[in-house]
Amino acid sequence: MKFTEEHEWLRVEGDLVVVGITAHAAEQLGDIVFVELPEAGATVSRDDEVVVIESVKAASDILAPLDGEIVEVNEALPDNPGQVNDDPLGEAWFFKMKIEDMGALDDFMDEAAYEKFIG
Amino acid sequence: MSDSRRTALYDLHLELGARMVPFAGYAMPVNYPMGVMKEHLHCRAAAGLFDVSHMGQVVLRAKSGDVADAARALEALVPVDLLGLQPGRQRYAIFSDDKGGILDDLMVARRCDDLLLVVNAACKEADIAYLRAQLADTCEIEEIADRGLLALQGPEAERVFQALAPGAAAMRFMDVAVLDSDFGPLWVSRSGYTGEDGFEISVTNEHAADLARALLADEAVEPIGLGARDSLRLEAGLCLYGSDLDTGTTPVEAGLSWAIQKVRRAGGARAGGFPGAERILNELEKGPRRLRVGLRPEGRAPMRAGTPLYVSETGGEPVGMVSSGGFGPTVGGPVAMGYVALDLAGNGRTVWGELRGKRLPVKVSALPFVKQTYKR
Repeated sequence: MKFTEEHEWLRVEGDLVVVGITAHAAEQLGDIVFVELPEAGATVSRDDEVVVIESVKAASDILAPLDGEIVEVNEALPDNPGQVNDDPLGEAWFFKMKIEDMGALDDFMDEAAYEKFIG
Repeated sequence: MSDSRRTALYDLHLELGARMVPFAGYAMPVNYPMGVMKEHLHCRAAAGLFDVSHMGQVVLRAKSGDVADAARALEALVPVDLLGLQPGRQRYAIFSDDKGGILDDLMVARRCDDLLLVVNAACKEADIAYLRAQLADTCEIEEIADRGLLALQGPEAERVFQALAPGAAAMRFMDVAVLDSDFGPLWVSRSGYTGEDGFEISVTNEHAADLARALLADEAVEPIGLGARDSLRLEAGLCLYGSDLDTGTTPVEAGLSWAIQKVRRAGGARAGGFPGAERILNELEKGPRRLRVGLRPEGRAPMRAGTPLYVSETGGEPVGMVSSGGFGPTVGGPVAMGYVALDLAGNGRTVWGELRGKRLPVKVSALPFVKQTYKR
């Protein structure tokens, strides 16, 4: 699993990259009450705001970690936003994307580096 | 946050695992490990303890020694009947300005020999300076700096507090009393900011943490932070100064006409005589240009303060704005309050709030969003 400085996790699943937010991010945000996902099939560029999440405290955006295509979104999440707090690294993935060069993932932090990053 | 002031409960907040944030010059708990959502629900189901020591407590004493003279003097600053306020009772008030806007909202308690005012933390220095400038000829104005303020709110509050402060259960909504306890004399009002039954308790700084610990020792009581305090008051339809009320808003626009008793209105024995009386009395008679209303966004997306409101899904200019909004844990969906033009203020009317460039339907709704459970 890889991690971005925006507190997203990236997991390779076949030829796709699954994207979610870290437990640290979920804890910092507080209880998540709203999730708005992109359309499957959307072409996105790195740092596009693709997901809106709102906690009891504030709204925030999830950015596309890389250029690519959103091929699947977690349809269950908008009806059960609290899952982001309950199981951020598992059930509460946001979307799966297809990227051109899987090698680009090497530039992101591994778990040890992320742990250090969040101090 | 290192230069923030600390309440007497600061160490207790840290011990309880609170997330501390700077708020109105104080380091305050925004939530505890339980989290905003569960804290909110717990307060409505059992009891919640809040540290509101950052708020200003101010005693107003007439130099004549007659509390009625203090009430009369303060009536010059608020459109509220204070001479008619009975000893042992408390009333909601606002400081109006010359244009009819609101400088602050506050509680005024009539005690035996003086008035006790509780004002907002962010306004307290300005309020005290204003009181001194306006009333120094007739009154002594004392800021109570040696007392903290706790709020115990929720259906279990009466049972829990009665055990520590006999006499509490006999109080009714908006009663005030001094109750003896192991924590010294407590200045108690049966009121709060959640829509629930409960108490606000002024206690010396020396005893504040011990009282808080004694209340938390009851299994029904959990500590509640500012995050849930905000969602609780929002569901209860209660205004937050700085968001729902400000100098650009009159009490009539804010739906606070109920706080202006007949005796201060046109034709009353002490009509007018407060700042901005001309505009406020005129609006009472002819209606305001806009009105604060409850808003229920129809989807799941919270609409927060600043969201512009439109009359239709496309085009046109804004007809209002959300003044506070978020997720209502008890309602189970987004709730908000805001200002709309008077002709749109009817319950059931649909307006449109613009979020991230998209307009979403919002129903104008009756306030409060939850049933108040005050012991009247």
